[in-house]
Amino acid sequence: MKTIIHLDTIEKRFAEAVVVPPLSLTIEEGEFLTLLGPSGCGKTTLLRMIAGFEEPTSGDIFLDGKPLGHVPPYQRDMNMVFQQYALFPHMNVEQNILFGLKMKKVNAAEQKRRLEEVLQYVQLTELRKRTPKQLSGGQQQRVAIARAIINNPRVLLLDEPLGALDYQLRKSLQLELKNLQKNLGITFIYVTHDQEEAMAMSDRIAVMNKGRIEQIASPAEIYNTPQTLFVATFIGENNIFRQASTCTAVRPEKIKLYRTDEQPGKHRCKGKITDAVFLGNLRKVFIRLDGQDQVVMAHQYAGDGLDWQVDDLVAIGWSQADEVKLPC
Amino acid sequence: MLNKKPTKLLALPALLWLGALFVLPMLLIVMLSFWKRGTYGQVVYEFTANNYIRIVDPLYGQIFWDTFVVAILTTVLSILFGYPLSYYISRLERSKQQIWLLLVMIPFWINFLVRSYAWVIILRSQGVVNTILQSLGIISEPLPLLYNSGSVMLGMVYTLVPFMVLPIYVSLEQMDRRKLEAAYDLGATPWKAFWHVTLPMTKSGVVTGSILVFVSSIGMFVVPDVMGGAKSALMGNVIQNQFLSARDWPFGSALSIVLMLLSMLLILLFFKATKASEKKEGTA
Amino acid sequence: MKTWRRNVLSGYSWLMLVFLYLPIAILMLYSFNDSRINAVWSGFTWKWYLSLFDNRQVMAALANSMTIGIISSVLATVLGTAAALAIKHYSLRWRTFVNGLIYLPIVIPEIMMGLALLVLFSQVHMELGKGTLIMAHVTFSMPYVMVIINARLADMGKELEEAAQDLGATPWGTLRHVTLPLIMPGIVAGFLMSFTLSLDDFIISFFVAGPNSTTLPLYIYGLVKRGVSPEVNALSTMLIVCTVLLVIIAELFRRKDSKTITY
Repeated sequence: MKTIIHLDTIEKRFAEAVVVPPLSLTIEEGEFLTLLGPSGCGKTTLLRMIAGFEEPTSGDIFLDGKPLGHVPPYQRDMNMVFQQYALFPHMNVEQNILFGLKMKKVNAAEQKRRLEEVLQYVQLTELRKRTPKQLSGGQQQRVAIARAIINNPRVLLLDEPLGALDYQLRKSLQLELKNLQKNLGITFIYVTHDQEEAMAMSDRIAVMNKGRIEQIASPAEIYNTPQTLFVATFIGENNIFRQASTCTAVRPEKIKLYRTDEQPGKHRCKGKITDAVFLGNLRKVFIRLDGQDQVVMAHQYAGDGLDWQVDDLVAIGWSQADEVKLPC
Repeated sequence: MLNKKPTKLLALPALLWLGALFVLPMLLIVMLSFWKRGTYGQVVYEFTANNYIRIVDPLYGQIFWDTFVVAILTTVLSILFGYPLSYYISRLERSKQQIWLLLVMIPFWINFLVRSYAWVIILRSQGVVNTILQSLGIISEPLPLLYNSGSVMLGMVYTLVPFMVLPIYVSLEQMDRRKLEAAYDLGATPWKAFWHVTLPMTKSGVVTGSILVFVSSIGMFVVPDVMGGAKSALMGNVIQNQFLSARDWPFGSALSIVLMLLSMLLILLFFKATKASEKKEGTA
Repeated sequence: MKTWRRNVLSGYSWLMLVFLYLPIAILMLYSFNDSRINAVWSGFTWKWYLSLFDNRQVMAALANSMTIGIISSVLATVLGTAAALAIKHYSLRWRTFVNGLIYLPIVIPEIMMGLALLVLFSQVHMELGKGTLIMAHVTFSMPYVMVIINARLADMGKELEEAAQDLGATPWGTLRHVTLPLIMPGIVAGFLMSFTLSLDDFIISFFVAGPNSTTLPLYIYGLVKRGVSPEVNALSTMLIVCTVLLVIIAELFRRKDSKTITY
């Protein structure tokens, strides 16, 4: 794999506030990389620096090995899909999509050819004369994507592009976006705070917190072997057991519940069930450990055979292989 | 920071324009107020504080006093007359609000010389009111409705009340209605809710409107000129006279600077007073 | 009880409208009164309007007002729009400073601005006339243009401009293809507003006009000082009608604005 973008110890400060402390990141050609983190973690600032809307306070960004330095956004070979799409309200679908080619003074025949191709690709051919106001949220989103990809950018930047849509539509567009990326072979840098979205689409996820990248790895690695406490608790649900300076993280689905008189060798702690929530395919059981404040969560799947009730006394256990040791 | 983007330079012509035709002339009258007047009304470039010393005179003191009394009364009356109208408009449906706002705004844009003149037609001795009253036999001699301080006040409030309605309407619109509902929910009567919730929350609108009305009435010379008699001259008329008839520009400049400083002082005190009352409410 | 209170409020508000409009309506009505001397209605006539068109001074004042209005509002609109576009890119501190400077002329008593300009023009030995009137009118109407354009730009946000830049438009390209078309209704509204201000201005013009540059309001003032006459009524009515039409058209443009942007 070839490196397409390299961030070399870039830092961003607004006045005195450090938004992104010095950070380096390498993005490979053709990959789908997601910047994931809670709001205010610096992921959008990072994306805007790559796009050229913000200048790093120090450090530099390289595209294909060339430093971008003071290169303005309109000279960077990448395009962005904005959160609220930012479609031009005074232009119709066709004019919106052609805007980039017009600005680059591509000849008319080529404009026409690429327009038809892209319109077909995103299935907007029939809506080409409509204005953004006359389109649904999902359709507007397609226009925003078409407007970006018609320029054949080296990199496509997406800033929470599904954030404004409802849940069902978001689900189906996640798959569409993933397929689009595979078929076009363009590098995607995708910003979101929704971990499900990140898991479903990404080749690699960079989990961000307070401007730092906590871990960058494949979705499976991020889930199974988190490297920091933040990643362990931010992604999915987790039980953290603290012992001196190390923490042990065990996912709720790996926790086994036993009767107090059954297989005593596998017991690790004892406690009392405080809550049991039925969620269809699973039941979430909450256990307060004896003599401690800690509440442990365990997922019990249908067919496990045991039906735990509130106030039952239980013992919990897990296998060594399912533990993740983390610095506290 | 001004030259990073070429578009940032676009403000330069406007700034130069305002510098040359607004800031510079303002500085000029400050300087002028310390210069002497020559025998033929020309300006003699010699320093003197005499123009300011001349102002300390019961004659001018009286006119300053009258000017501020009229301005303050105009402001207070505009609040009293304007607030209920703003309140009514803010309670209408959106489409009606737009129409009412436009209706209040239109007189604001009409030349106020013309609007004061309209009152002359109505109030003069052969005017509409006197003619009607006389033909009905209610009075035999025309009433002196015009050319007194009452008619000046009427003209002032009439021309300036739209300045009050718009800012108060804006603050009523931006007010968080839920707080009012909460007050009702806690058993406040409509009057109490208005007094303790609505009024304090729309204070900023009242302050903005008051400043607009006050500043406009301080320098007003058209209304007293058209609707007031010789006795109801305000500072605006005196200053205008110094510039256009008496041709004593240095003295006129000194008068206008004192007028400005005094009105700024009053506005400042007004700000302080509203801030102080805010604090009192906060601790209560 | 509650409806009783609402009825009082609504009755009061209608009364306020009557208070605001009745004098203007009476003025307009009397411009059609056949009698010259007093307030008794003696029949409908157009003759005062016809006599206005025969009056060379009135026509000269009208021509002056139009020339000054058009030139000054074009200048004010261009300068104000350009400045608003630039100030948007300034850092907060600069923006506050520059906006403060620009809004100052709105809150300074008009008489101060009038006499300050008079002093300036005389100090640089500039002859009072149409030129000085135009300069003065640009100075007081430019801030109003900026208020309108600033509001328009704030509504638009920065995303659309960023999108244009992202798609390869240079700053000038962005201005031409995105920003200007989107704020055009605001620019038109600003132009109409400054034209109205110029057409209506009396106080500042009073100080900086020369003998051959009498505008309509100045001419009306001269007549008003001589007393009530049907000619003043007719002339005032014409000024009122022009103002009302201009304000309504400007308002329609300003509102059209926000409708096309919000989607």
